[in-house]
Amino acid sequence: MYKAVIGLEVHCELKSNSKNFSTSKNSYSTIPNSNVSVVDMGMPGILPVVNKQAVKNSIKMALAMNCEIPEYLSFERKNYFYPDLPKGYQITQFKNPIGTNGYVMIHVNGEDKKVLIHDTHLEEDTASLDHYNTYSLLDYNRCGVPLLETVTEPCLNSADEAVAFLEALRSIFLYTDTSYARSDRGQIRCDVNVSLMKEGDTELGTRTEMKNINSFSGVREAILSEVARQTEVLNNGGKIVQETRRYDENTNMTYTMRSKEDAIDYRYFTDPNLPPIKIDKEWVNEIRKEIPKLHNERFRIYTKEYSINEKDAYTIVKDKEISDFYEECISLLDNPVIISNWLTGDVLGNLNKLGLTISDCDLTPKMLTDLIKMIDNGKISGKQAKGVLEKAIEEGKDPIKLVDELGISQIGSEDEIREIVLSVIQENPNLIEDYKNGKRVFDYLIGQIMKKTKGRANPVITSKVLKEELEKL
Amino acid sequence: MIDGILELRDKIDDGKVTSEELFNECIKKAKDSQKIYNPFVTIMDKYECNNSDSILSGIPYALKDNISTKGILTTASSNILSNYVPVYDATIYKKLKESGAVLVGKTVLDELAMGGTGTTGHTGIVRNPWNKDRQIGGSSSGSAVAVAMGIVPFAIGSDTGDSIRKPAAYGGGVGFKPTYGRISRYGLFAYASSLDHLGVIARNVRDVAIVTDVVKGHDSKDMTSLPDDNKKYVDSLNNSVKGKKLFYIKEALENNDNDKELDKIISNFKEVLSKCKEIGIEVCEESISKELLRAINPTYMAISCAEATSNDANLNGIHFGVRGEGNTPDEIMLDARTKGFSELIKRRFVLGSYILKKENQEKLFLNACRVRRLIVDKVNELFEKYDGMIMPTTATIAPTFEEKSDKLSDKSLILDSHLIIGNFGGYPSITIPSGFVDRMPVGVCITGRVCEDDLVLNIANQLESTMEYKNQIARGEK
Repeated sequence: MYKAVIGLEVHCELKSNSKNFSTSKNSYSTIPNSNVSVVDMGMPGILPVVNKQAVKNSIKMALAMNCEIPEYLSFERKNYFYPDLPKGYQITQFKNPIGTNGYVMIHVNGEDKKVLIHDTHLEEDTASLDHYNTYSLLDYNRCGVPLLETVTEPCLNSADEAVAFLEALRSIFLYTDTSYARSDRGQIRCDVNVSLMKEGDTELGTRTEMKNINSFSGVREAILSEVARQTEVLNNGGKIVQETRRYDENTNMTYTMRSKEDAIDYRYFTDPNLPPIKIDKEWVNEIRKEIPKLHNERFRIYTKEYSINEKDAYTIVKDKEISDFYEECISLLDNPVIISNWLTGDVLGNLNKLGLTISDCDLTPKMLTDLIKMIDNGKISGKQAKGVLEKAIEEGKDPIKLVDELGISQIGSEDEIREIVLSVIQENPNLIEDYKNGKRVFDYLIGQIMKKTKGRANPVITSKVLKEELEKL
Repeated sequence: MIDGILELRDKIDDGKVTSEELFNECIKKAKDSQKIYNPFVTIMDKYECNNSDSILSGIPYALKDNISTKGILTTASSNILSNYVPVYDATIYKKLKESGAVLVGKTVLDELAMGGTGTTGHTGIVRNPWNKDRQIGGSSSGSAVAVAMGIVPFAIGSDTGDSIRKPAAYGGGVGFKPTYGRISRYGLFAYASSLDHLGVIARNVRDVAIVTDVVKGHDSKDMTSLPDDNKKYVDSLNNSVKGKKLFYIKEALENNDNDKELDKIISNFKEVLSKCKEIGIEVCEESISKELLRAINPTYMAISCAEATSNDANLNGIHFGVRGEGNTPDEIMLDARTKGFSELIKRRFVLGSYILKKENQEKLFLNACRVRRLIVDKVNELFEKYDGMIMPTTATIAPTFEEKSDKLSDKSLILDSHLIIGNFGGYPSITIPSGFVDRMPVGVCITGRVCEDDLVLNIANQLESTMEYKNQIARGEK
């Protein structure tokens, strides 16, 4: 019936030592008004000074999203009155964004999709307001923090696609190390534009806008709720009013906030305090070189070249630290599949159990690969290795050292094993009778050997030797 | 204090007077002047001096009240800032403090620097010490009076369209607006950021050069500030100006209404031109189309009102200044701004907002920016042939308070508006006194190429020496 047409405007705080236009610290703090300068507060007479690191990070993101970079860096003023905007205007980019005409690939429900980026531009964040019954409190910590706003074309067609895009975008921020992108700290926020189109329509329907949604699940719910609402309105023969709606997390519904009549004219004009700066092409190329292989590219390599299954590949690329850990392991031991199994299975399994991240734990790629090599060399068994790994992660120890400490080793010598096999055969005459009579006692005998060796006998060799000895009988 | 900076320096160094004694003398004079002339918003009550080996160490001065001074009330002569005490220093104030100069007081301006009469400050009108029934002009009104009356040897002002040069001329003094970016704007309450300049008012060109040398320089806090030029302007003041070429605008000196006062002003100007010849400066008449000249003032109004609306949007009473009343943030901000601004300011903000509206920007704001470009291009073209422009600083003598002028006359639009050219192009521009008309001081203004501040001061210094109006003081009535 109707196709949902969705466009997103995502605001994400960039990493830098100081704020976008002032020298105060760009750092999350729970103490209000602790990272504030007169420039952030728009005191009379102050002037902005552009932060090079913030510009660098915004160029990096623009390149990572395949955007065109302009010749000059320039800024406009977006003028409006609100207590969280002390200057009475926000310094942003309107005419000449730092990135235009880009795209981000997403993978939804088994299919690839190209999400077109209209532009990405650098601006400053506002202060934060906490509302109480009879008063509101202003915290200027966030005021002036560099913010990258990324605007998609209205090319997303479902809540799934929207969330997939947001996750891909966040991944790019984390991979390029240009943002912490933490939803829980309000560092990544989204405005959502929704309209409906009938099959065969050439023009977009009237859209509504939902502002400042703080979580990806909130975006999902807001889209579903708004699409449902618009569908009902249209089905009842009504018209969609172009307006800004507020999404309420508690009721999962959207409410009218501001209609088109009240639409604000921001009177954008070029900020005269910030002369245009020529963006050096050499510098842009150097920045481009700093961009690591992003998650999409790694996913492709893992699945197509290494033949890792999609689920495991996804688990690895989801977090750059895990992916970097994985790639370092491969450089030490050229067996991507085995390493993937160990990483996604035992390592992450244990970490998740303890609530740790890969950077929290002391396990290094060398430790993991050395452990795996020990199995290959027959020094320990796979089962033993699993146990050692679990203990190592739990206790924050080096698994290789633990193997020695705990005296774990595998019995790999055939002669030694043969002795034990023979003694087990001797100790179980009834079983040998059963065997001669065609009964299946092989596994039980293996079990007895393992019991006698406390699991240290190399299973492959044990199996081979037992077979040989049984044949001799 | 008829003495200029060098005379005071000698007296202090010779032990004839201490800096603190000077300060006390200035304070007394300042207080005495308040009743009739009202140049000060704040007069300091404590002597403070960081002794240094700078030439300005111990020298008293005044600062226009739109310059941020930590711990000292700074009002921009507006009710909305009547209680505002900054928590940081403007760069120019910091430099003067470090040089050891001694602040005597903060001077009255036209509210928020938007005005040219000296009558719109929140502490009342400022009067011209040469005649108390006449204006001193503005917006650096108090600074011009403090220097003209000999209260201090120099004062700092700001100039967005003519706000240092015009009041300096009405007061018979020297007023210098250097190249845009020469003096850091960090801490100057912004009126129109692309037109604002800080500058110096004193009673002779040398003093202006001395102070400029101390306060100029690159500032990392101001992205529009120029790199250091590593020159001392004082060093080139006495260079020969033989062979320099100046032009004046023919169309600006027409007098079709048989205006007697204008006749006298033009006659005084012509006398100055012959002085120029005496020292080897060639002066020629050049033509600029009247259409372009008449456009200067409206272009200025469009750009400055637009930028001012944005710059003063921080004055909402929420995080500093006088808090408004109301039940919602909008109500509180509206109340503060309604009560805190005069009608004239509100009018400018309405104009500015209108000009920046989406549907008007192209035709009004951006076209004004283009016309500004046309004017600057024309002047730059002339500056390829000439070292500078010389003009009568003002079209009239200081007006009386009752006088109304026709804002749309050619005299108003052209001769009274040429100073704006210095702001459009950021050119260094200085006014020096050139005589009297109807017992009121008049001056001439020299405007030079961008970054040639030293040459402009040099020419002004040499021209000043041919005349006898250097260091003049208006005693004023008690």
